[in-house]
Amino acid sequence: MRGELHYDVVVIGAGTAGLTAGARLAEGGARVCVVAKGVGSTHLAPGTIDVLGYAPGRVSSPAAAIEELAAARPDHPYALLGVDTVTEAVRWFASTVESGPLPGYRYIGETEKNLLLPTAVGALRPSALVPETMAAGDMAGGNGGSVCIVGTRSLRDFHGALCATNLTRAGVEARAVDIEIEVTRADENALGLARRFDDPAWRAAFAARLALKLGADQRVGLPAMLGARDPHGAWSDLEQRLGRPVFEIPTLPPSVPGMRVFETLRTALRRAGGRLIIGAEVVDVERDGARIRSVATTAAGHEASYSAPWFVLAAGSFSSGAIALDSRWETHDQVLGLPLRGAPATGEPRFVGDYLAEQPMARVGVAVGADLRADGAENVLVVGAALPGAVSWREMSGEGIALASGSRAAQHVLAQAGASAGAAA
Amino acid sequence: MTTLATDVLVIGGGATGAGVAWDSVLRGFDVVLVDRADLAEGTSGRFHGMIHSGGRYAVKDPSAAKECIHENRILRHVAADCIEDTGGFFVSTPWDDPAYGDRLLEGCKATGVDCEELSVATALREEPRLNPGISRAFRVPDANIDVWKTVWAMARGAQERGARVLPYHAVVAIHRTGDQVTGARLRDARTGDELDVEARVTVNASGAWAGQIADMAGIEGVRVFPGRGIMIAMNHRLVNTVVNRCEMPGDGDIIVPIRTVCVVGTTDQVTEDPDDQRVMQDEVDALLDDGEKLVPGFRQARALRVWTGVRPLFEDAKASDTATRDITRAHALLDHAQRDGVDGFITITGGKLTTFRLMAEDTVDAVCKHLGVDRPCATKTEVLPGSEEGQTYHLGERLGRKEALLADEQLICECELVPRWKVEQAIERRATTNLDDIRRLLRLGMGPCQGGFCIYRAAGILHGLDHLDAEQADGALLQFLKERWKGIWPVLYGDQLRQARLDDWIFQGVLDVEHLPVTQAEQVPA
Repeated sequence: MRGELHYDVVVIGAGTAGLTAGARLAEGGARVCVVAKGVGSTHLAPGTIDVLGYAPGRVSSPAAAIEELAAARPDHPYALLGVDTVTEAVRWFASTVESGPLPGYRYIGETEKNLLLPTAVGALRPSALVPETMAAGDMAGGNGGSVCIVGTRSLRDFHGALCATNLTRAGVEARAVDIEIEVTRADENALGLARRFDDPAWRAAFAARLALKLGADQRVGLPAMLGARDPHGAWSDLEQRLGRPVFEIPTLPPSVPGMRVFETLRTALRRAGGRLIIGAEVVDVERDGARIRSVATTAAGHEASYSAPWFVLAAGSFSSGAIALDSRWETHDQVLGLPLRGAPATGEPRFVGDYLAEQPMARVGVAVGADLRADGAENVLVVGAALPGAVSWREMSGEGIALASGSRAAQHVLAQAGASAGAAA
Repeated sequence: MTTLATDVLVIGGGATGAGVAWDSVLRGFDVVLVDRADLAEGTSGRFHGMIHSGGRYAVKDPSAAKECIHENRILRHVAADCIEDTGGFFVSTPWDDPAYGDRLLEGCKATGVDCEELSVATALREEPRLNPGISRAFRVPDANIDVWKTVWAMARGAQERGARVLPYHAVVAIHRTGDQVTGARLRDARTGDELDVEARVTVNASGAWAGQIADMAGIEGVRVFPGRGIMIAMNHRLVNTVVNRCEMPGDGDIIVPIRTVCVVGTTDQVTEDPDDQRVMQDEVDALLDDGEKLVPGFRQARALRVWTGVRPLFEDAKASDTATRDITRAHALLDHAQRDGVDGFITITGGKLTTFRLMAEDTVDAVCKHLGVDRPCATKTEVLPGSEEGQTYHLGERLGRKEALLADEQLICECELVPRWKVEQAIERRATTNLDDIRRLLRLGMGPCQGGFCIYRAAGILHGLDHLDAEQADGALLQFLKERWKGIWPVLYGDQLRQARLDDWIFQGVLDVEHLPVTQAEQVPA
C-alpha cells in the first residue's frame, strides 16, 4: 500500500518548461510538486534563451518573426502562445536569474533582436537572450573587434582552431591559441574545468599564462567553462585581468551554462515553496473519466502516488523518452498515454534520407487545444517540447516555447484556481 | 601521365583482391592493388562479419562446407588478431523441424566440420537470451572477423614487401593490345589525376562489379548477378556466440556478435545494379521478426543501423564451356586465355568471405601459370602483420587497455573506446581526410551514439593536425553525418530514436552545423 500525496498542481518534467511552470505556480501561491525521471534538456542545451533563430531563413527579430510564423503555421506552439506571452516569459526569466542563486550573473538581450554567437565549430548561431558571459561573442553588429579563440588539448569537446578558422571564413577577424590546463583525468569535461575557474587563485594563474599569449586581439573566446558556482565572478575577474571582453562558447554536453539555468529555476521553485523530486518516473496513471486523478511514480525503489486537480505535462518528446516510436512504427505518449498529433500516417515516410531535410516525424507532440489543454485529458496542460508543431532544435526556439508555455500553463491554473476560490467565497 | 609497371595489377580492394595482392607478393611478384573507393568498402565491408564453420553448408553444399572448415582453421592461425573465437550454435526454434538437426550432424560428419549436440539447458545457460522454446542445439566452430582490420593487414603486409596500394583509384579503361590485356588506366577519385598501370597479368577481383570490369576489357558474358542482402546491427551483444537457425539456409537466420554489437542477417534478392543500396521497409520488418524468433524481445533492443551488401552471384553465359569454371566450387575463377582467348586477364568472383584466402590462392596459381613460373602459395602459413602472437581478439581487449591508462588517455569515441593517439595515428598512417576511412579503421562512430560525440572531436583533431583546412573539415563532418543518417533512418525507433534526437540537438542545435560558412562538402565518390 502506498501513501498518496495531494497537491494543487503536479508538474511532470524538470526541464526549462516544467521548472518554469512549477516556479511560477509556486510564486502564484499554488502548492506544487515537480516530479521528473531525470534532469531535462538544460544540461544538454547551450544555456542561451533561443526564441526563434531560423524561420527558415536567419531571423533578426524573433518578436516580428513569431507573428509571421504564427500566421503561417497555425499548428505551431507560437500560434497558440502569441508574442506577448513569449516576451513576458523571457523577461520573467531574466529577472529570475538576477535574483537567483548565482551572484551577479545575468542575461543580456531581448525578444526584439537576436544576437549571433559562435558555436564550437565556428558557425554563427542566433539567440535572443544570452548569459552575460557569452554576450561579447555577438557578431550580429559585426563591429565587436578581432577575436582570439582559446582552446586546450585537455578538453576534447572544444577545438579552438576549427572554431577560429570557420569564423574567419565567415568574415570575422579571428585566430586561435592553445593553452595547457593540467588535469588529473585525461577525459575531463567542461564541468570539471569549470570548477577550477571557481577558484580565484587558480584563475589568476590561468589569466597570467593566457595574457602572455594574447596580442592585439580585441576579444577572447573560451569554451563555456567559466565557473560552475560563481560564473559572474570568474568571468568578470578574467575580463579585468585580461583587459578586454571575454566570452564563453557553448560546446558538447554536459553544458555548464545549461546547468546554471537549471540551478536558477530550481532555486526559484524551491524559494517559492515548490517541491522537486528527481529520479521519480511516472509508472502509472489513475483516470477519472475525462480527467487524470493521480499519477504514481517509483523513486529509489519506493512507490508514491500524487493526486491533484491539475497536471502539467512537461516531460519532453523523443529525446527524453516521453514520446516513443516503437518498432512497429506506432507513436506513444509514454507518460500519460494521451493522444498525439503530427505523426505521419501509417505507410507514410517517417524519416527521409537527407539528414538536413525536415523529417516527417519531427513535429510530433501531445495533441492540445488552444489553451494548451490535452485533447485526451481536460485537467492536463502540455508545455515545452511535448507540444506538437515545432522543430525547436532547428528553429532555435526551444527555450522560447518552454518559458512561454510554462508561464501560460501556470497562468491558466492560477486563474482557474482564483475563479474557483472566488466562487467558493 | 605517370605510368607504373608491375607484374600483377589487382582490381578490387575487398578481401579477395587484398588476398590476391598479399599472396602475390609472398610469391615474389610485384603488385599494384587498386580500388575505386576505400579498401573493403564494398561487399567485404558490408557483410555480417561471420567466419563460417561450414555447418551452414553441410547439408546443402558439402564441398562449400569442406572449404569453410579448412579456411576457418587457417584464418584462426594467420589472422588471429582479426578474429574472435565466439564459437557458434545451431538451434531448432519452434519454427524449425527438429529432424533437420540429424541431417546437420550427418552433413558435418561427412564434411569434417566439428559439430556436437548440446542439451538445450546447456545452450540456454551459455546464451540466456536465446528463445527458451528451442528444442535442439549444436555447437560448431563459427567465429567472427574484423574485415577492415584483415584487409588492411594484408595491404600493409604487401606494402612492406613493395606492393603499391591505391585506394580511391577507379579503373577508367582496361588496356588491350590484340588478344593481350596489358594493364589499365586509373583515375584518382580525389584529385582527378589519371595514371596508367602496365601489368603482365591483370586480376579482376571486383566481385559483384566483375562483369563491368570484364566488359571494359571487351570480354562478354561474364554475368555477375548482385544478390542484395540487408543486415541490422543492434547496440549490444544480445548473444556472445554466433547463432544459426537449424534449418536449410534462409533469410534472417543468423545473429553474429561482433565487437560491441551484434548483427542480424540477412536477406537475398537479385538486383540489377551492384551499387543498389536501398533498404526496403518490409525487409526491415521481416528481419526484426526473424530476430525475435531467435531472441525474444529483440524488437525492444536498439537497432543502430542497417546496410545492404551485394553478393556476387556468378552465372557464366558461356556455361557450356565447363573447363573455365569449376562447378563444384562456390567461387568462379575465369582464365580468359582459355575462355575467350584473351591473355593476361583473370577474373575471380563469386565465393564467400570465409574462403577469400582460398580464392586468392587459386587466382595466384593461375597467375603463375600465365607467367610460366611455379611458385608455391604461402598464405596458409604466413602470419599477417599484427597476428604474430597468435592471440585471437577477445571482447574487453580495448576496455582492458583503457583501464590500465584510465587517467592518462583521452577517449575520443567512448562507445568504441578509441583513444586520441589512435585517431591521430590513423590520420597520419592513412594520410586520409575522410572521417569514414577512420571509422572503418578504428570503428570510430560505430557504437550506440553513432558519432554524436566523437565526430566533432575527430573533425577538430583532423583540422588541428593541419590535414584539413576548415572548409574540408566542415565538409568531412557534414559528409559523415549525411552518410551515417542513410544507415540509421530506416531502423530508427525506440531508444535509438532518443539517441538520434540527442545527436540532432548536438549537431543542429548546439553546433548549428547547417549554418557553417558556405561549404562545399568534400566529395569522395561512394
